[in-house]
Amino acid sequence: MRKSQQGIFKNIDWLMVIIYLLLVTMGWINIYASVFNEDHYLITDLTQKYGKQMIWIGTSLLLALIILVIDGNFYAAVSWPLWILVLLSLIAVLFFGTEVSGSKSWFRFGEFGIQPAEFAKFATAMVLAKYLSQLNIKMTEVKTKIISSIIIALPIGLILLENETGVALVFFAFILVLYREGLSGNFLLLGVVAIVLFILALLINKTILIIALAIISAILFLFMRKTSQNFILLFSLFVLSSAIIYSVDYAYNHLQSHQKKRIDVFLGKESDIKKAGYNVNQSLIAIGSGGLTGKGFLNGTQTKYDFVPEQSTDFIFCTVGEEWGFAGTAVVIILFLILLLRILFIAERQRSSFSRIYAYGVASILFFHLSVNVGMTIGLAPVIGIPLPFFSYGGSSLWSFTILLFILIKLDAYRLEILR
Amino acid sequence: MNTLSGRKLVIGGIFVAVCAIYLLRLFFIQVMDDSYKLSANNNVLRYMTEYPARGLVYDRYGTLLVYNEVAYDLMVTPRQVKVIDTLDFCKTIGIKKEQFIKKMKQAKAYSSYKESAFEKQLSKETYAALQEKLYKFKGFFVQTRTLRKYPQEIAAHTLGYVGEVNDKIIAANSYYKLGDYIGISGIEKSYEEELRGKKGLKIQMVDVFNRPKGRFKDGIYDTLAVSGQNLVSSLSAKLQKYGEQLLQNKTGAIVAIDPSNGEILASISGPSYNPNLLVGRERTKNYGKLFLDKSLPLFNRALMAYYPPGSTFKLINGLIGEQEQVTFRETRYPCARGYPVMGGKPKCHPHPSPMDLPGAVSTSCNSYFCYVFRSIIDNRKKYANVVEGYNAWRNYVLSFGIGKKIHTDLPQELPGNVPTQAYYDKYFGKNGWKSSTIVSLSIGQGELGVTPLQMANIICSIANKGFYYTPHIVKGIGPKKEPRPEYKIRHYTKIAPEYFEPIIDGMQGAVDHGTSTAARLKDIVVCGKTGTAQNPHGKDHSVFIAFAPRENPKIAVAVLVENGGWGATWAVPIGGLMIEKYLRDSISKPDMEKRMLEGIVLSTEKKKAKETE
Ligand SMILES: [Zn+2]
Repeated sequence: MRKSQQGIFKNIDWLMVIIYLLLVTMGWINIYASVFNEDHYLITDLTQKYGKQMIWIGTSLLLALIILVIDGNFYAAVSWPLWILVLLSLIAVLFFGTEVSGSKSWFRFGEFGIQPAEFAKFATAMVLAKYLSQLNIKMTEVKTKIISSIIIALPIGLILLENETGVALVFFAFILVLYREGLSGNFLLLGVVAIVLFILALLINKTILIIALAIISAILFLFMRKTSQNFILLFSLFVLSSAIIYSVDYAYNHLQSHQKKRIDVFLGKESDIKKAGYNVNQSLIAIGSGGLTGKGFLNGTQTKYDFVPEQSTDFIFCTVGEEWGFAGTAVVIILFLILLLRILFIAERQRSSFSRIYAYGVASILFFHLSVNVGMTIGLAPVIGIPLPFFSYGGSSLWSFTILLFILIKLDAYRLEILR
Repeated sequence: MNTLSGRKLVIGGIFVAVCAIYLLRLFFIQVMDDSYKLSANNNVLRYMTEYPARGLVYDRYGTLLVYNEVAYDLMVTPRQVKVIDTLDFCKTIGIKKEQFIKKMKQAKAYSSYKESAFEKQLSKETYAALQEKLYKFKGFFVQTRTLRKYPQEIAAHTLGYVGEVNDKIIAANSYYKLGDYIGISGIEKSYEEELRGKKGLKIQMVDVFNRPKGRFKDGIYDTLAVSGQNLVSSLSAKLQKYGEQLLQNKTGAIVAIDPSNGEILASISGPSYNPNLLVGRERTKNYGKLFLDKSLPLFNRALMAYYPPGSTFKLINGLIGEQEQVTFRETRYPCARGYPVMGGKPKCHPHPSPMDLPGAVSTSCNSYFCYVFRSIIDNRKKYANVVEGYNAWRNYVLSFGIGKKIHTDLPQELPGNVPTQAYYDKYFGKNGWKSSTIVSLSIGQGELGVTPLQMANIICSIANKGFYYTPHIVKGIGPKKEPRPEYKIRHYTKIAPEYFEPIIDGMQGAVDHGTSTAARLKDIVVCGKTGTAQNPHGKDHSVFIAFAPRENPKIAVAVLVENGGWGATWAVPIGGLMIEKYLRDSISKPDMEKRMLEGIVLSTEKKKAKETE
């Protein structure tokens, strides 16, 4: 039991900090390349996105310092109030927010904007950790499952109301946390099955799909012990699947046409490269044309000449791919992978359940962002507009990821001082 | 808890698996697959063709015949088109709103991002009006290109015209790309490679809105356009224009050649048209009109129409007779208003008889040349039978450049026709014909077909006493001003030079006191021969061939006026005027000139149409 008198950097995990700094710096450089303006060639030019990103990075570092200074017990204690505050701001933004291209998720203060949905990520991760770390909580209990689901579903619902589908989807990543804390692996499997069903429901006629499912269920039942329990299990699974199929079909048919088109393009049902699929196609071209070592810094034509849309935010990975080639993309992916595995390692060495569960929350959120963001640029995931952590341009997202990660770093640094 | 902490491996496994899949995918699209590089280039590189200026064409005295005029194409990039005042826009360029909608649709169908022609070849006035307002019409811009212009408005058939390449041309020749221009007829076609020059290529980088972003790799792959070569035509613009005036309201052809080098001085086909009609926006409409015109203005009679040479062919027969040693200057044959051997057929007009060779030429005695023809073909000392005799005769005829293409430098030239032995064998049966069967050949009738160009070339051979240069229309290419080398080669006839004197004497006689006195000039010895080409469809065609002066001939001319009747009526005066115009640049017989300029010779077809109206 030592006291932390050797300053705020004592016991912090430098590997995570270094990877964080690397990713943030690389992101900054790539933002510079993606929206480079010859008339404002200084990377510090505040009229340009790269100059602004410098400010976001500076303030993020300040936030990181503040987080490290605050006492380690503070975070667990403040979880619930913070979460409720974020939820209130999510409601408030529906009334007082500014509408930006169809979604009402921003508070605007002049040039400066804040997106509460971004902050809901770490707040929810904290509350989930707080709730599940209680001594008498068991994941196998129905009550626990229900309360956990409510904790996750509330922000999802509010964010969906803001019309920020992409951000809302991120919260499904918490299923990994629940799994780690004892949720049956079947739920994870069920999640995968649900995704497969979701895609199949869009590709195949629903009646044929349901008939096929009925036949599969029947065959499975023949090979299982013919108990009434198994029958009920299979039957309820079948009913559940049919319900998913019907609801997906219903939802799809009630989507707005541009959303429908995005899904169609992702599924390969439509290949209209000049329209909805244009994003994916152009980002594939940008990345694919990078080759092994890339076209060189500031030489990427696809991103610089606007063939790739939103090249500084959601499609920043294209600039990496085009200018730095496979060498660049591999470095980024591997850095993220090291960070993710490091977080898992750190999670498992925590004495406090709160810290462990929170760490898994951090890993889940980062993993979801990485896989969907990179996946969409290389055509392996649907085009869901979510940023690449630490990389993409934007204050709210960089702040939120910084807070997310540095609370973990603080908790980890504090771990030795916690009484179990 | 131990069992649960094992789950970190599952979660870590998922992380590793997804990252591995992504790395594989990235390796595949970035390193293994090259197609994305190509797509990236297609995105960002614009290959801009630099069009060279097409070569100019001058006449033999330096008068400009063909030049380039700037034209303005209105281009549109549909994506960049913002809300504009459509009404104002349509009014400015002179189209209707429906047309505007249709054209925008077409442009969008081509591409929203790339430019395409919205309205081609705006007039200078429209361009000027538009230029002031262009800033209001975002997405539109004007591209300049050149159009051919024919300032003298003459020699439409000879100069030809240019048009956009079609799919067939593009498939056959990789030089041409969609939208390129190519010579379709005349000099524009036959000298296409010299005139077109060489296209240049500029590779430019553009952004997604097609805005230029600088040269690709500082222009190391760019090439400069090379202008086309200028041509000097052998035509005399003045003579050509004069000939076209003489032939107006008549159907026929005039070809004038300088015998000393084969340069075509004038090549006229009537009726003609203004070459500027086949340029610019109205081209298709005008072409359609000309194409449907019953008088066939697009048909180049000078090179493509077959006429029986008529009496002019007697010159060749006389020469062959001499060469074959069966006819001599002093040879005299009787005439009884016709060929006595065949009971007075073919008929002849009244004249003193018997006559010697020059006299027979001057008076154009039919009977005389029937005798000559028979003595050639039926020369059994030399030729075992009529077939051998005929083939020998035919070879002489071909050596004058008829019955085969003479390979002038204009497209569409036709070979003419001199019947083969096989033709007669088929027509009359083997051994079914003899010299008397085909005796009409002796006076240039029968199955003979000769183009006006070939007629003029025959005169050149006679003027030169036994050789000709292939007639050609371009005497100088590029800075060297040399014609194509093949046009500097003499082609010899099978007739020795000494045999030409009696014939030329006869031709001089024809002009001085015979059938062609209308072509007589003071102080210049003109040698000529009339002809009347039989026309089974109507009134006979009037033919005249001549050269002058007798010593060191400067011009050989062939005139053919369809349905002009007896040669002396139209063809001889016109031929005489052409010679005088060229040699003296003035006219000594204004009355005759007036009569010719104002004369109307309706073609038989037209006459019939008039009668039925
Ligand atoms: Zn006679």
